[in-house]
Formats: sequence, structure tokens, C-alpha cells
Amino acid sequence: MADISSNFLGIKSPNPFWLASAPPTDKKYNVLRAFEAGWGGVVWKTLGSQVKNVSSRYSAVDYNGAKVMGFNNIELISDRPLDINLKEITECIKLFPDRAMIVSLMADNDRKSWHELIKKTEDTGAHGIELNFGCPHGMTERGMGATVGQDPEIACMVVEWVMEAATIPVITKLTPNVHSVVPTGRSVVKAGTNALSLINTIQSVTGIDLDTFVPNPNVGGKSVFGGYCGPAVKPIALKMLTTIAQDELTKKVPISGIGGISTWKDAVEFMLLGASNVQVCTAAMKHGFRIIEDMTEGLNNWMDEKGFKTVNDFIGRSVNTITHWEDLDINYHIIARINPDKCIHCGLCYIACEDTSHQSIKLDYGKPYNTYTIIEEECVGCNLCKLVCPVDNCITMEVHRKGDEYLNWKEFQRRGLPLNDH
Amino acid sequence: MAIISNRLTKEQYEQNFSDIHPPFENKTAAQVEANRCLFCYDAPCTKSCPTSINIPKFIKQISSDNVKGSAHTIFISNIMGAGCSKVCPVEKLCEGACVYNLLEEEPIPIARLQRYSTEMAMENNWQLFDRKPSNGKKVAIVGAGPAGLSCAHVLSREGVDVTIYEKESKGGGLMTYGIAAYKVTPQFCEDEVKYILSLGGIEIKYNQELGKNVSVADLQKNYDAVYLGIGVGVARKLDIPGEELEGVVDAISFIYDLRSKEYRDIPVGDKVAVIGLGMTAIDAATQAKRLGAKEVTIVYRRTEMEKPCTQVELDIAKLDGCGIIWLAAPKEVKGSNGKVTQLICSIMKPGEPDASGRRSPVDTGETFALEVDMIIKAAGQTPFEELVNGNQIKNSKGKIVIDNNCATNIKGVFAGGDAVNGGKEVVDAVQAGKDGAKAILGYLKLINN
Repeated sequence: MADISSNFLGIKSPNPFWLASAPPTDKKYNVLRAFEAGWGGVVWKTLGSQVKNVSSRYSAVDYNGAKVMGFNNIELISDRPLDINLKEITECIKLFPDRAMIVSLMADNDRKSWHELIKKTEDTGAHGIELNFGCPHGMTERGMGATVGQDPEIACMVVEWVMEAATIPVITKLTPNVHSVVPTGRSVVKAGTNALSLINTIQSVTGIDLDTFVPNPNVGGKSVFGGYCGPAVKPIALKMLTTIAQDELTKKVPISGIGGISTWKDAVEFMLLGASNVQVCTAAMKHGFRIIEDMTEGLNNWMDEKGFKTVNDFIGRSVNTITHWEDLDINYHIIARINPDKCIHCGLCYIACEDTSHQSIKLDYGKPYNTYTIIEEECVGCNLCKLVCPVDNCITMEVHRKGDEYLNWKEFQRRGLPLNDH
Repeated sequence: MAIISNRLTKEQYEQNFSDIHPPFENKTAAQVEANRCLFCYDAPCTKSCPTSINIPKFIKQISSDNVKGSAHTIFISNIMGAGCSKVCPVEKLCEGACVYNLLEEEPIPIARLQRYSTEMAMENNWQLFDRKPSNGKKVAIVGAGPAGLSCAHVLSREGVDVTIYEKESKGGGLMTYGIAAYKVTPQFCEDEVKYILSLGGIEIKYNQELGKNVSVADLQKNYDAVYLGIGVGVARKLDIPGEELEGVVDAISFIYDLRSKEYRDIPVGDKVAVIGLGMTAIDAATQAKRLGAKEVTIVYRRTEMEKPCTQVELDIAKLDGCGIIWLAAPKEVKGSNGKVTQLICSIMKPGEPDASGRRSPVDTGETFALEVDMIIKAAGQTPFEELVNGNQIKNSKGKIVIDNNCATNIKGVFAGGDAVNGGKEVVDAVQAGKDGAKAILGYLKLINN
């Protein structure tokens, strides 16, 4: 059995799965249930100035019958009194001393408020602090949340205030509602943050009710932009994570990965791209805390299969496989192959290629089943047929190199090699 | 032993003849299945539908909450799409071709999804077609069955005024009078005909029988074109001694009575033999059992390998408790006091393959006797040979002969459906009606073909 325990800035947890700062972590009752279920740690829902929440708060994007492919919320930071939150945090730490307790904070934008809030938080015995620089709705109008995260200078200033007071590790959570997360990331690392976490939610409109004409979620006939998360945002989060993991400055601090993680596989992908641990929210909100069981078991089995003894054996392993387009090997060429024994004659590969790609699949009429074969000389190896094929491993991509040597675009141009003639 | 009616209670009849294929309970249930559909290109299901319904499209339209569009997609290809969703042997048509079968997975329940859209259209009386303004052309159709109604609908959409002559007092033909009641109810059949007619431009004259009240010559004179969708007649004769005994009935009449009278008024024997193994034979056997017959035995002269019905149909009969004797050919009916008491069968063995590739049964010379008080003949149906001959229509043993353009030997007279092919599925007749309509529109120079 592999060791899946995690050590993030000295904060230990039995597994690398934390619950992200969100409704599942806003009170003792939920957090104790999460710990009982087996979660490695929690980031307590953001504490700060007093707010009031509205009804309704969530909306979702369904896709072909699959519910909650994407999730959207317009909830603000914790609307419970600060002293109750702090008291409950203290109790949770006592009851589960082996779990990580991070507290998310968003103080009013002045040094004193931050210092007071940090002091009170540290008095609970919490192991770390996460700075909420990302909340995209409600708090931004008050100059907090994403407003801070979107401006590297303001973010830097706030982190400096925080670092003056904090004696426990500080994680700065980045907003994705920017052109690039790197400038703010660099700025807060310079200001001394001990770690980064990303991404927070992405501003969104999930959909409109076609009877009332009001977008979701509907609050008395009006809506606002919400924060988008869930499986739909994972690819965007992975990209942003990579940019932080590759930047010379930001890669020096540990990263907590967030964004649509629903399974152990998702978690492994984040860790391969440089996340030391991961945070989960939407999947738990959809299914409850019990999903942690398969996350830990799946991770364990995968690590055993690959021969990894600890999570450190694979964290960051894929970071350098993402390169610049100019460095890709133009001589690498693949051609699709349809396995006739596995083909169920649905024609999805054919119509995708014929209408939208390179007309590389031949249709031989049959009643009721057509036969489809690859026209090898036309195939550009785009993967589209393989992606739309409903049968596992029916279409495979086989390597047929154009040349033995590695050849990138710059070299290709330098040699004046011929471009496509069609 | 006796042939008697009123064997069961009202509740028992109701239970025995309730819908064998219940619909989806709600939208979610339908969408779960609709979302499983892969949306195949040049889809095998569509290619296996005689009317070529664009099945992936109508299913995706259920997924996308466009049920009205879904119903239109079905009806544009098959105006009896609602009825066909209940009576089609889909296991050998669309669902049998579904690519999921090749993954050893359950196929998409196409019929049930089709029923979902079409029933919603009928319940809400959605008018999905606009009729072109009348172009003054008049066409007479004989027979308000699937072929006739399908032909009429296409013609009327194009602005032709259609008059249908129907010998029965209700429309629907085989759908109304020739199919097991647990598949389609009489009420449904009436509703379906009404829905088809709601397009306008189609008038049905009931109780008008070709050869009695009306002749092809008259119609030819009074209309711009004529379409014959007269179907086929009673079950084929056995041509064995004792066939005239009381208790030997024909499946078509038996089912006709079932569909036009109260269940309690339909007499059935204690021990019933059904001869044949087509869809009609199954419908007769299962319904005899459901009417309260104690023992029903299907007698078939070939083996299970050659059975004309589908496995699904055979399973219905088996689950109803009907027995089957393979390789048994009726030889003689014996009786006493003019009533059936025994069916003597020859024991057959499989011989050489015939023209259809099925092995022909060969008489072994041995026989056995089956104690029965009722025999239902369901070994194919007889075309209206006398009728078509009487109207000077070229035919082959009663089956009307048409050319590639659905035309008979008489100018302006077209034909299709069971009257031509000798008896196939409802869905085949619907397609024949469409083909006929297209031919007539070409003949009337309303379209180029």
C-alpha cells in the first residue's frame, strides 16, 4: 500500500484531499461529518465582515442528461457570526487533531482589520490561513475578493499586511477572472505568501429560464453573475495551474489545486501538473462527503500500480511535458485505425471527419451497417474520430513518422521545407 | 368441452387485455433513454424502418425538449407512427438494428420513445402539417387502412381532395380490426384515425364496399386517380377433411370479433389449437388464452429455426402459457355431432431448403391426435381474388400486380399494401401508401418524378 499522506507547508493530513472553502465547510456540523467520512482537511468557509445571503443561490449546467456538469453560486462569504465560527473551528481541531484545518479569510481592506482577523484565527489553533482574493461576486463591489486578486499591486499590499501578523502558513487563493494568473501570483509570492491555491470560481451566467426570461439563479426576478465551478472548469484550472507551476518565481511555493476535481483521477492530474494537494467542493455538494472513499482508494491503487511510494514521487511530473508550440516535433505523425472487430457502425467518426475535418474516412454502404475505413494518405492524425467513437479502443492512433529526426517549426522554416499543397 | 363466452370477470378481462408495452411514466424516464442514443450517422435503425423515420433525429429532439419537432419528424415519414410504435415488430426492425446490440447492450427503446412523442402530439392535438390550398384534383382511395390513410395524408398535404371508401364502420384497417387488443385499444385506433384526418381534405365514406356499393370503373370515372388499399381477406383454407366442422374458425374473423365486440361476448373453446406461427397466429393464440381458454396449442409444420414470428412474439405466447408443437402439419379435423373434437396432425421432419432458404417440412407418415374443441386457422391470409378479377385488375393469385410506379393495369388506378404484397406489417403498408401518393402526384403532374 502506497503512503497517500500529505504534507503541505508542514500541515499534515492523512490524504491530499481537502474540502475547499465553500458551503460544505461553513460550520462544525458539516466539517465533523466530512472528517468522519475521511477527508484529509478542510478550508473553513471564508470569515470576514458581516454579510447576508440571498435566496436562491445556486444554478447548474446539465449536459445530455448528466446533472451539474457545471455549477454556479452567488453565495457570499460566511454569513454566520465570527465568534461562533471561531469557537466551532477550535472544537473541530480538538476532535480531529490529525486533520488539516485551514481558515479562509477576507478582511476589510485595511491593515488593522487583517491583523485582528489573523490573530483571532490563530487563537483557534488553525494550521493555516487561505486568503480569499478570488470571490467573483458580491464582495467585489466592496473592494474585496476578486477585486484584490485582479490587481497585483493591491494583492501584494494585502499579503504584506498578512505576513506581518501571521505565524502560521499563508496560502493565497488566486482568481481566474484575469487574463493570466501569473502577475498576481508573482506579486503575492514576492510579498511573502507561503503558498498559492487556484482556481477560485469563474464569473458566469449558467443559463436562462426560457419561460420567465430570467437567468439562473433567479432572485425575485433578477440574477447576477455567479462563480462557475465543477467538472466544466477543470481544463481551465489545469491550464492556469500549469502557468503557475512553470513560472520561475511562482513555482518556488507549493500549490493547492482547485477546480472541478471530482475523482481521484482528476486529483492525480492536478498533482502531475504541480499541485501538492487538491481541494474539492462541487463533487461533494453533488454527492455528499462519501466520495472521499473512492478518491483515497483510487489514488492508492493507482500509486501501487505505478510503483509510487508517496505522493511526492509524482507531484509535478507532467509540468515539463507542456511546452511551446514551436518546440513540437513536426515529424511526429499519427494515423487513425478503425478496428473492424470492434466497430459498431454508428458512423460518428465518418460524419465528424467528413463534415468538419479532413474527409479521411471511407464509407462503404451496407444495409443496415455501413463499413468505415481510414484513408491513410488523407488522415492528418487530428484525433477527432477517436474522440467521438463510442467504443473503447476501437479507433487507435498509430505512429507513422514523417522522418526519423526531431524537427520543430523554426528548423522547418529555416530549411525552407514545403508547406501543405491543399 | 365447449366453446363458450363470458368465461372471466370484468376485472380479469381488463387485466388480460391491458397495454403490454406501458409508456414512459414521465419526461425524465424518456430522456434517460433518449440520452443513451448515440445519434448514429446514416443510422442502421432508420435504414431498418420500412418508412425510413429519421430515428436519431426524433430521439435527439426528445432530449432537447423539442417534442413537437420530434413528433413531426416521425409523422412526416409515417403518419401512423403512433400506432406503429405499439404494433411494429421492432425487434426485427429498428431496435433489432440498433448498434447497441453489437455491444451486447440493450438497444435504445425506439418504439417507446416514438410512442412518447406521438402520443403527446395526439393528446394535445398538435397540428404539425399545413395543407396546401386545394388544387382541384380529386383522388378516390379504397380502404381506410394504413396504406389508404398514409396515401391520403400525403395527397391532401399537397392540396388534393381525397375521398376514402371504407367497407367497415371505422377506419384504421388492420390496425383497428386485425391486431391483438393488448397492443392497441379500439379507442386508440379511433383517435389515431381522427388525428390523421384533422389535417383536412380527407373524407371517409364508411360502409362502402368495393364490389358492392362501388366499383373501380365508377371511381375511375368520377376521380382524377384511384388508389386501392384493400388489404387481404380471411385466413387461408387448410384444405383438409373436416375443415367445415363447427369450431373451426379463421384467425382474422376471430380477431375482428375481439376488436369489435365486448370481450365477454367472444366465445372461445376449452382446448384450442392455433395453426400457423405468424404474427396473426400469435395474436390469436395469446388472445384465446387471455379470453379464458384452458389450453392453447400452436401447431407449426416447421422447426423453431424457420419461425415467421419474432422471438419477442413467441415469448409472449409462451409466457401466456400457450403450448407449441413443432413439425406438425394439420391432416384432418375430426368431430362428433358436427363439432370439432380432434385435430389429426402429420409428424414432419426438416427436408431440403426451399426457395426462401428455409428447410421444407417432409411428412414422416406418422400422425398424432390433439384433443381440441376449437381450431383457429392462421396460416396466412387469402387475397380478394374474386374481387380484383371482377374489376378486371391484373393480379397474381389475387395479389394485385403493380409496376415500379405503383400503377395497376388500369389507367389512373394505383395500388399498394397488403392487397399487393399479400400481407406484411402495418409499417410496410404505410410506406406503400406514401409510394402510391408520390406516384399519383406524378401522374397528376403535381410533382416531377
